[in-house]
Amino acid sequence: METAVPPPIINPEIKFTQIFINNEWVNSVSGRTFPTVNPVTEKVICHIQEGDKADVDKAVAAATAAFEIGSPWRRMDAAQRAILLHKLGDLIMRDQTYIASLESLDNGKPYKGAFNLDVPFGVKQVRYFAGWADKLTGKTIPVPGDYFCYTRAEPVGVVGAIAPWNFPFGIALQKIAPALAAGCVVVLKPSEQTSLTALYLASLIKEVGFPPGVVNIVPGYGPTAGAAICEHHDVDKVSFTGSTAVGKIIMAASGKSNLKGVSLELGGKSPNIVFADADLDYAALMSHHALFFNMGQCCVSGSRTYVQEEIYDEFVKKSIDYAKKRTIGDPFDLSVENGPQIDSTQFKKILGLIESGKQQGAKLECGGGRHGDKGYFIENTVFSNVTDDMCIAKEEIFGPVQQILKFKTIDDVIKRANNTQYGLAAAVFTKDIDKAFAVAHSVKAGTVWVNSYLAADPSAPFGGFKMSGIGREGGEDGIREFCEIKTVVVKVPQKNS
Amino acid sequence: MLRVVKHVQGPFLLRNAACLSTAALPLPKTDVQPHFKKIFINNEWHDAVSGKTFPTINPSTGEKICDVAEGGKPDIDLAVKAARDAFKLGSPWRIMDASERGVLLNRLADLIERDRVYLASLETLDNGKPYQMSYFADVALTVKCLRYYAGWADKIQGKVIPIEGNHLCWTRHEPVGVCGQIIPWNFPLLMQAWKLGPALAAGNTIVMKLAEQTPLTGLYVAQLAVEAGFPAGVLNVVPGYGPTAGAALSEHMDVDKVAFTGSTEVGHLVAQAAAHSNLKRTTLELGGKSPNIVFADADIAHAVETSHFGVFFNMGQCCCAGTRIFVEGKIYDEFVERSVERAKMRNVGDPFDPNNEQGPQIDESQFKKVLEYINIGKNEGAKLLIGGNRSGDKGYFIQPTIFANVKDQMKFAREEIFGPVQQILRFDKMDDLWERANDSMYGLAASVFTKDLDKAMMFAQNVRAGTVWINMYDNFDAAAPFGGYKMSGHGREKGEYALEEYTEVKCVMVKVPQKNS
Repeated sequence: METAVPPPIINPEIKFTQIFINNEWVNSVSGRTFPTVNPVTEKVICHIQEGDKADVDKAVAAATAAFEIGSPWRRMDAAQRAILLHKLGDLIMRDQTYIASLESLDNGKPYKGAFNLDVPFGVKQVRYFAGWADKLTGKTIPVPGDYFCYTRAEPVGVVGAIAPWNFPFGIALQKIAPALAAGCVVVLKPSEQTSLTALYLASLIKEVGFPPGVVNIVPGYGPTAGAAICEHHDVDKVSFTGSTAVGKIIMAASGKSNLKGVSLELGGKSPNIVFADADLDYAALMSHHALFFNMGQCCVSGSRTYVQEEIYDEFVKKSIDYAKKRTIGDPFDLSVENGPQIDSTQFKKILGLIESGKQQGAKLECGGGRHGDKGYFIENTVFSNVTDDMCIAKEEIFGPVQQILKFKTIDDVIKRANNTQYGLAAAVFTKDIDKAFAVAHSVKAGTVWVNSYLAADPSAPFGGFKMSGIGREGGEDGIREFCEIKTVVVKVPQKNS
Repeated sequence: MLRVVKHVQGPFLLRNAACLSTAALPLPKTDVQPHFKKIFINNEWHDAVSGKTFPTINPSTGEKICDVAEGGKPDIDLAVKAARDAFKLGSPWRIMDASERGVLLNRLADLIERDRVYLASLETLDNGKPYQMSYFADVALTVKCLRYYAGWADKIQGKVIPIEGNHLCWTRHEPVGVCGQIIPWNFPLLMQAWKLGPALAAGNTIVMKLAEQTPLTGLYVAQLAVEAGFPAGVLNVVPGYGPTAGAALSEHMDVDKVAFTGSTEVGHLVAQAAAHSNLKRTTLELGGKSPNIVFADADIAHAVETSHFGVFFNMGQCCCAGTRIFVEGKIYDEFVERSVERAKMRNVGDPFDPNNEQGPQIDESQFKKVLEYINIGKNEGAKLLIGGNRSGDKGYFIQPTIFANVKDQMKFAREEIFGPVQQILRFDKMDDLWERANDSMYGLAASVFTKDLDKAMMFAQNVRAGTVWINMYDNFDAAAPFGGYKMSGHGREKGEYALEEYTEVKCVMVKVPQKNS
């Protein structure tokens, strides 16, 4: 629900640029810093301490110490962990305008969305998982023989969390909140493109009063700081959100080091299937948002829109209309829907894939190039007559480029929908009850939307089939991934039922 | 608000009760005034339809505090109608996100915490329990209970079940509907929270009848519910008497469920009324005569202190009081002697005075009943070691009383006294110990003091009681279930288990063209 949005802070003060370990701010061991860039102006916002292996070692040592048996964190009542998490939620809401402004500055996403969606999404994560803290129960189990058997759901330990740049604040909390609720300790590496809101979050964690070492934040690059976390022998679990290519490296690193648990939220090329009996206007609008939300930088983007042939032409027309109307510009302008892409690497990659679409024979209906001449803005682009074998139909673009494909029958489209290495999300638009359930149950995707898209909540498990990832975030299933089950078996003189 | 703060110390504060802290105790409002004395329906205050009122008494003085509107059947009817309307499909409460119900419950907890000194003072005025207990135990546990259930609101989940054939099958865990809740006078605020928490988390609407002895804090919380933002009709609170308001609720054809905490005697009536009317679901939390077994290998100082707390806490007015203490022969005399010494330290008097551990019994009727049982005990041949009489000459105070050489078959050892009367029995062998512990129509709680792992495990397994405490007593953590075996009741309060009592399971099956695993 949208509420009136307070004016943004156009030049938010950058308060924290150091590494956060044991509730203290420190410089990198190497002395190096790295720049973070404003994707609107292409200019450097500020320099941040660049964490590397040595800094990760310090952070992991701090987290390990905070997790020792007998430590304040291990001795704390679960209900008290919940109270701390709720306080964190309160502080985030107190600073909602500042955090949203900082996120817009660093990421380029429209401030209105950062205020109404990104920050509240983070708070919902915190409050939802706070509620689980004192509800992570073990069981007692009637094993055969004269035994009393029970299980404990213990915290898994030191969690290495590696967050992406598309929803920096929200996804950092999507990992931190359940980890803390379950009693774990955290070393977070924010994405190098977007470290600022994570570092501000660190200051709130300190303000709440989490014991030192419970949360540590090390900004830096993937191949250095990220790799150090994934290879570390004292990190018990890694939770990563990012590209499938890097996901493979992380899993290999776990295998090479200490077999740490790995959960991966990776890429997608999600099929969005629109049947002829769907509410056409509604389906076209939802499909538009399914692709263009967050400048197309969503792992669950509906980036293969399959439309049944009877309504294909009309659907394409409506989609072009929506794309043309979608405003692009200064993210601090409340009327703007799209900001820039995150950086020049992504910017170039997207333009390259648009070119491939043109060359491989897809029909460019609108957009197709850079928007303006400064900042990483790309025009809202729609391709029709896309076929499954084209690059734009197979590879994750992560930009404002909509692919509309044609299909005939339900059996055919389900096969085509599943013909991908990915499996993160899918959607179906239809009024027919049989079609809805048939698609929902046959498509290999972690989340299936029926007559909707992007509806998500921390209470529902989220994650990928196949190469879209391993494990689930959200819900009871999600928080249980931060628990290690211990079974205790006690001999008793005589067992009775 | 903290004006001046005073450090209070004493062994009783630093152990036992689940949440006690060593934080300083703010001064009570000794001149506390009740603000709400009417009937609460649809977020508004009403006089009784009959116009009648009844007095609520300060048990420390025997004097009237104020008059409160006396709800009867017509008021219950109005309250049930309001609750039913608030439960209609499409109502604000039914369409509200589950997570938002959690937000409202957390807000209510915040407000109770804000008004902690006021509520603790009012509770002490109306109930007579020592103020430091009201502050550190009753109000604190109330807040924790509501926060605990706030966390459950958006986590009440059904299942999807792989049945045979081309079907999709799922369950919805829906709210039961209009819930009648009848609460007792021994822990007014806390018993209210134990009932509100799960019922509201699960999306029900409520008509709550407060105990006639202690309506004041429950009515204040009703107004806090308005402040928290609960829609009108979700919570309705009716002060009144059992045979009128309570019976009307139990018999009502449009109430889906009744939850009652009180005596086993009235529990029978509630169950029968539910059966005769519309077969409404019931949960009953009734009386107890809980066995507390102390082995010779126990830490005797700890066992004496904890057993003392287990029976004398709240003036003995606890359904789960450890009122049959079985002490192993080898340490019997020492245990008895130490218990008497401990009882001598228990100061009885004005509950607002932090030096007093014990206030008055709740009212004249209970007061007389306890003294009667003391007489029965004397007549049955138990050995009275200390106490046995009224304390002072005003209010319903009774001296801490200990009987030794109590025998299993004595009437006063089998019936619930609900007063500050400790009964110490003896055992010398274990052969029939479990039978003796289980030889009761009740089965609410039990405890054992021992260092021996096998004895502890066997006791926990074999005793027929809803809660078993090992080397501890009286922990009421919101996350752990509590309830009775046998005639101590049925159903469970607290923990995830309580949610089942406030949930109706609907199973949905859909034919699909082709089922795949």
